[in-house]
Amino acid sequence: MSRLYRRTLAWFDERFGAGSVEEFLRHKTIPVHRHSLWYYFGGMTLFLFIIQVLTGILLLLYYRPTPNDAFESVQYMVTQVRFGWLIRSIHSWSANLMIFAAFVHMFSVYFLKAYRKPRELTWISGMLLLFVVLGFGFSGYLLPWNTLAFFATKVGTEMAGSVPIIGKWLLIFLRGGEEVTGATLTRFFGFHVAVLPGLATMLLAIHLFLVQQLGMSVPPGVERAIAEGRKPARSTPFFPNFLLRDIIGWYAALGALGALAAVFPWELGTKADAFASAPAGIRPEWYFLFMFQTLKYLPAKVLFVDGELLGIFGFSVAALVWVAVPFLDRRIGFGRVTRFFTGLGVFALGYMIVLSLLALR
Amino acid sequence: MKTTLATLLMLIGALGAAAADSGNSSCITCHALLEEPKLVNPAKLFDSDIHHQAGLTCADCHGGDPNDESMSAMSRTKGFRGVPKKARIPDFCARCHSDIAYMHRFNPKMRADQLSQYLTSVHGKRLKQGDTKVAACVDCHGIHNILAVSDTRAPVYPANVASTCAHCHADAAYMKDYQIPTDQVAQYQKSVHAQMLAQGDVSAPTCTTCHGNHGATPPGVSSVANVCGTCHVVFAQLFEKSPHQAAFARMGLPGCVQCHSNHEIVKPSDEWVGVGANSVCSTCHASGDPGYRSAQAMAQDLARLNLAIVRADTNLDTAERKGMEVSSAKVELTNAHEARVKARVNVHTFRDEEVRKITDQGLEIATRSDQAGVAAIEELNFRRKGLGISLITILVAIAGLYLKIRQIESRQKG
Repeated sequence: MSRLYRRTLAWFDERFGAGSVEEFLRHKTIPVHRHSLWYYFGGMTLFLFIIQVLTGILLLLYYRPTPNDAFESVQYMVTQVRFGWLIRSIHSWSANLMIFAAFVHMFSVYFLKAYRKPRELTWISGMLLLFVVLGFGFSGYLLPWNTLAFFATKVGTEMAGSVPIIGKWLLIFLRGGEEVTGATLTRFFGFHVAVLPGLATMLLAIHLFLVQQLGMSVPPGVERAIAEGRKPARSTPFFPNFLLRDIIGWYAALGALGALAAVFPWELGTKADAFASAPAGIRPEWYFLFMFQTLKYLPAKVLFVDGELLGIFGFSVAALVWVAVPFLDRRIGFGRVTRFFTGLGVFALGYMIVLSLLALR
Repeated sequence: MKTTLATLLMLIGALGAAAADSGNSSCITCHALLEEPKLVNPAKLFDSDIHHQAGLTCADCHGGDPNDESMSAMSRTKGFRGVPKKARIPDFCARCHSDIAYMHRFNPKMRADQLSQYLTSVHGKRLKQGDTKVAACVDCHGIHNILAVSDTRAPVYPANVASTCAHCHADAAYMKDYQIPTDQVAQYQKSVHAQMLAQGDVSAPTCTTCHGNHGATPPGVSSVANVCGTCHVVFAQLFEKSPHQAAFARMGLPGCVQCHSNHEIVKPSDEWVGVGANSVCSTCHASGDPGYRSAQAMAQDLARLNLAIVRADTNLDTAERKGMEVSSAKVELTNAHEARVKARVNVHTFRDEEVRKITDQGLEIATRSDQAGVAAIEELNFRRKGLGISLITILVAIAGLYLKIRQIESRQKG
């Protein structure tokens, strides 16, 4: 086995220098400390993304992106196609778990200050990836063309329409017209299976390249303890130690996905009807709930400004600040933690959790 | 003296102003100042009356001179007709309401045959014979506060008709001389028709729908099916072609009401068909006769279809509750529900083979839907078993990986 492996590697090495990859893997190490657990969430997000790509390709075999066929094609998939229910349910559940894992990854990176120099670009590429992932969620939600998705998309795109100056243009661009119609479905399908995957692949390549190039960040506290000699600098080989642990997590995620798909199959609902009245209690997916609830609480007018507009403006500024955190948190340096930004992170996390829970009430 | 003159001038001025307000009618001006209810009420009520709103005045019905502010306004020489006697009321109203040219000035769709219809009614005939207790125009429409039929406050608005009729017909003392029951309205209130009306469906039948309004007459034995058939067309047609048509005519039995009752028309149930304790068939048919056998067969077929639908409904609901996608099967099952409705309609052919034709179709659909429900539940169980096996495999793999990591790390330490 070992001989066969060496011969295969030698064959590839002669052609594109595969030996250097092996060399890189052999020498790549992962820091070990009391926060090491959080390192696994990046890999977990990546694993769930791969699941999304694979199940998405399988769904494409049957899905038809037209208002007349979309709902029926998904219905056919989950009732007639062998294991179609499993693929569709896993795709839906995995999308949610992936967004959850991405949020956990983002907050762990934030609180462990892994965005600090020289990893600013890793943070920015990661944030852009998160926006792309949210875009996947928003565009994918409409594709089964059911009532809930139809009206949630209507509300969501309406919000985009209230942006000043470009709002109207943005709404028509997203919807492919004034209303949510078949043109919107085709457009969202295009975003979901072509535009966003292209963007995601590019950003993912940059993100992973930067992670490999810069290695794993060690939290400032741990870094200082090591420098002061209070703790030894411990590490573990990436291959196979860390990777095998990663695989354990991926197996567990796979089991969880299977269990969710089998016990709580993702609902299909009823086919969208543009002439029907919006169902009661309509709300977006859980990851948009905090924004939805904020906009609900805002009054129609704040002084002379439209309340919804103010909310959207507020979230846009917050997102920009969040992306720019590596540049704003300038006092952070070797072993130092700026309390303000930690507090800001705690506030953001608390705000998202509380507002989402209030929306679910 | 000066004060008295000033008061008199003010009173005349006030009267003049009031007269101008009420369309220059001295009738309203004077009657409004009177105390006796029967004299003051016409002036008070007339404001909301449809006739007043159409621009008519007291004088248009009662005659007299509305410009004359003295008692001579009500002199015969000025055409005053006064209050008509009960027997004269239909003719009094018909002066205008039978004049089609005149009525069309107000409403081109207005009919002008109310009087001729009324004269054919039991009320009209008896009034002509001198019975003044019977209903004439004002007894149903009101006096001086007559509202359009479409006005929800009108006593002749569909939702109010039953209580208007009940005013006399539910009064046992008042109706004593006529020897007719007085519980019709009480019975009607229990009927499906009254329930629909109470729910706001003004197209649901009320007293006048079956008995007529101006030409109110109880339908005879031979015409009951025609009365019900004006709305229940299909049932009437089936009954017409059924063996019951000739048999009922021979026996002098009314059609529909023989089983469904006349006023207390409650929601029918499948138990009515067959030979059970609650069946209506067994009130006439006895064991051994062809009708008895046919009723028994129809009941069995309906029960079979019912059972199949309930079973399919239960299985599909169970599968749906557990998250399975069974909407197509549920849609298909609605066809079985529809077949059950058709089969119930076909009971009015009183031929078991006609009912079976439909129940068989329904049974086939219900069985197919049930199989889809059962298959969905089985599929769910299969998924759970599959999940169990997968989870065990995953756990074994995780345990294997864990042991492998330990082995690698202990070798690395060593």
